[in-house]
Amino acid sequence: MSGHSTYEPKTAFTRWLDTRLPIVRLGYDSFVDYPTPRNLNYWWTFGGILSLCLGLQIVSGVVLAMHYDPSAGHAFASVESIMRDVNYGWLIRYLHANGASMFLLAVYIHIFRGLYYGSYKAPREVLWILGCVIYLLMMATAFMGYVLPWGQMSFHGAVVITNLLGAFPVVGDAITTWLWGGFAVDNPTLNRFFSLHYLLPFMIAGVVVLHIWALHVTGQNNPTGVDPKSKADTVPFTPYATVKDGFGMVLFLILFAAFVFFNPNAMGHADNYIPANPLVTPAHIVPEWYFLPFYAILRAVPDKLGGVLLMFGAIGMLFILPWLDTSKVRSMRYRPTARLFFFIFLAACLVLGWCGGNLPDDMVIKVGETDAGPIGLNFVWLSRIATFYYFAYFLVILPVLGLREKPLPVPESISSPVLAGDHSKKD
Amino acid sequence: MLRKGIVLAAALGLALAGASAQAATTHKEPKDVHWSFEGPFGKFDQAQLQRGYKVYREVCATCHSMNLVSFRNLAQPGGPFYDPKYKNPNESPYVKALAKDYQVDDIDSETGDPVKRPATAADHFPSPYANTAAAAAGNGGAAPPDLSVMAKAREGGPAYIYSILTGYEAPPAGLKAGPTQHYNPYMSGDLGSYWSGDKHKTPEGGFIAMPPPLTADKVTYDDGTKATVEQEAKDVAAFLMWAAEPKMVERKQVGFAVMIYLIAFAGLLYASYRRVWRNQSH
Repeated sequence: MSGHSTYEPKTAFTRWLDTRLPIVRLGYDSFVDYPTPRNLNYWWTFGGILSLCLGLQIVSGVVLAMHYDPSAGHAFASVESIMRDVNYGWLIRYLHANGASMFLLAVYIHIFRGLYYGSYKAPREVLWILGCVIYLLMMATAFMGYVLPWGQMSFHGAVVITNLLGAFPVVGDAITTWLWGGFAVDNPTLNRFFSLHYLLPFMIAGVVVLHIWALHVTGQNNPTGVDPKSKADTVPFTPYATVKDGFGMVLFLILFAAFVFFNPNAMGHADNYIPANPLVTPAHIVPEWYFLPFYAILRAVPDKLGGVLLMFGAIGMLFILPWLDTSKVRSMRYRPTARLFFFIFLAACLVLGWCGGNLPDDMVIKVGETDAGPIGLNFVWLSRIATFYYFAYFLVILPVLGLREKPLPVPESISSPVLAGDHSKKD
Repeated sequence: MLRKGIVLAAALGLALAGASAQAATTHKEPKDVHWSFEGPFGKFDQAQLQRGYKVYREVCATCHSMNLVSFRNLAQPGGPFYDPKYKNPNESPYVKALAKDYQVDDIDSETGDPVKRPATAADHFPSPYANTAAAAAGNGGAAPPDLSVMAKAREGGPAYIYSILTGYEAPPAGLKAGPTQHYNPYMSGDLGSYWSGDKHKTPEGGFIAMPPPLTADKVTYDDGTKATVEQEAKDVAAFLMWAAEPKMVERKQVGFAVMIYLIAFAGLLYASYRRVWRNQSH
């Protein structure tokens, strides 16, 4: 929280520096003395985990860029040469490729944590929106990064996704041509995707600085959703939060390492080890797992433009969420009805991901067979139901519920339930 | 009310879903094969890789290229011809001898004329055809795919390769295969339009342009192993896995050390966490 600084320079040099560039003071106030709610649970360690992910992606990516050749003729072979001929190239490349999935996994947990504990509500709206901007930039970066190995999924994924913009009336085709740098996905597309893939992470880093700045202005939310009222409610960031975040990070790294070293291709697609061939379309073009829910929303709409708008709208919901949720109570710990709808929402998102990974016409529940094929609930209809719930959650449930539900009593302060030893509500 | 709406939507979906054209691409799941390189401690079996290399060289390499692999790779740690005596794989006499048998294109640096010279350990495996068009022309219109990363480029990996190689069957009665089409239930395909039987019982699998490449005793193994089709298929699938992921064993070994380090570090951090927070309620 932006309060009174307690930093006291101890040496002649730090005193000299402090009057010229108080950078040590900034670090001390932000990461040592910064008051942290004492009741933060492990879901709050994902902020630190995400900074770690961003750092790892940038470092491994910079090294990869030293060996990668962004031309349509050589990109695939240069990635394989990194795997075979560069010292520990296999490690750097698998760290980077799996790192994207781990980064997105962590960001989804971070977002759902914010949704559950109401971290988007006043006064944290700007903090939340900056987070949504980071998420958007991450998706763009991940998409362009996936194109770079120039395998079959890279190429045809790029074709499908860039063609979506062609759905916009009048300007659509012009935008697509401009994006491709020609009249098809080809060498110029790969070159610019590489350039942007290198640029965007630094933009992410910039918005992360704003995100942390906004966080340090409003202070962290916490599982009760009640603002800290006194010193008894908080502990200094170091050592209390540092050691807990550190433990969370290492647990996360264990999961990360399990993929990198023992199953590095589990989250990829076999087709991406086939060099890009514009003349052969893979049987099923599927995006990476972290885009599957949006892919399902896109395909749920029979009209292309409608699907594109709904897909972007799904992310747009997050941006306006602070004004959609009318409840004054932040944490769903004290909103039993909202909590039920939240978990259905979580399930709907997972169902959308499941639908995105399956063929629209395949059957989820088969009730019978006719000459024209089986009848029952297919994936496209399941994704329509889940899409309907996704939007209803934001546009109907949260606005209405906030006005009508009866929340449980909220504690006076953070320390009152904590010091009373009420551990039954720990989640 | 909302929950009622969901039930209603579900019912509506069920009713409207109706009949739809089915994506009819099918294939049999790859056979269950045991590999020496499975699991976190699995390693390539060097004798198997040598046998697999022989099958690759004498059978596969007559039509398939393997552009990403060089002769020197064969003598790298974990490779089929690795010998700890030769730290520099380029100096391995086995590999030099293997490479020498191939003639590769080069340019005479004095005259600029195109010449042929014997391959060296540093050369990539030469392709059997001059270019893709020649490869396609020599194989009924379909160029045989490059095998460098084949074991990673198909679902099921080496088990898929093994299953394809051992899975050829005579087409069931009612399935009409063209002259360059070979029925294989492990190959992904849609046989609906070639099938004249009951249309709910279209056979699984598809046609593959490659005729069955392996027969018993197609190669003579130097170590005396009996060259059955299954043995040849298994050995060459293991070799292709090595070719696709030559650093796999190194990866798992590094991973084991990393895991021990991370788990010990996690334990230490947890102990610190308990100690730091011991007087704080939370």
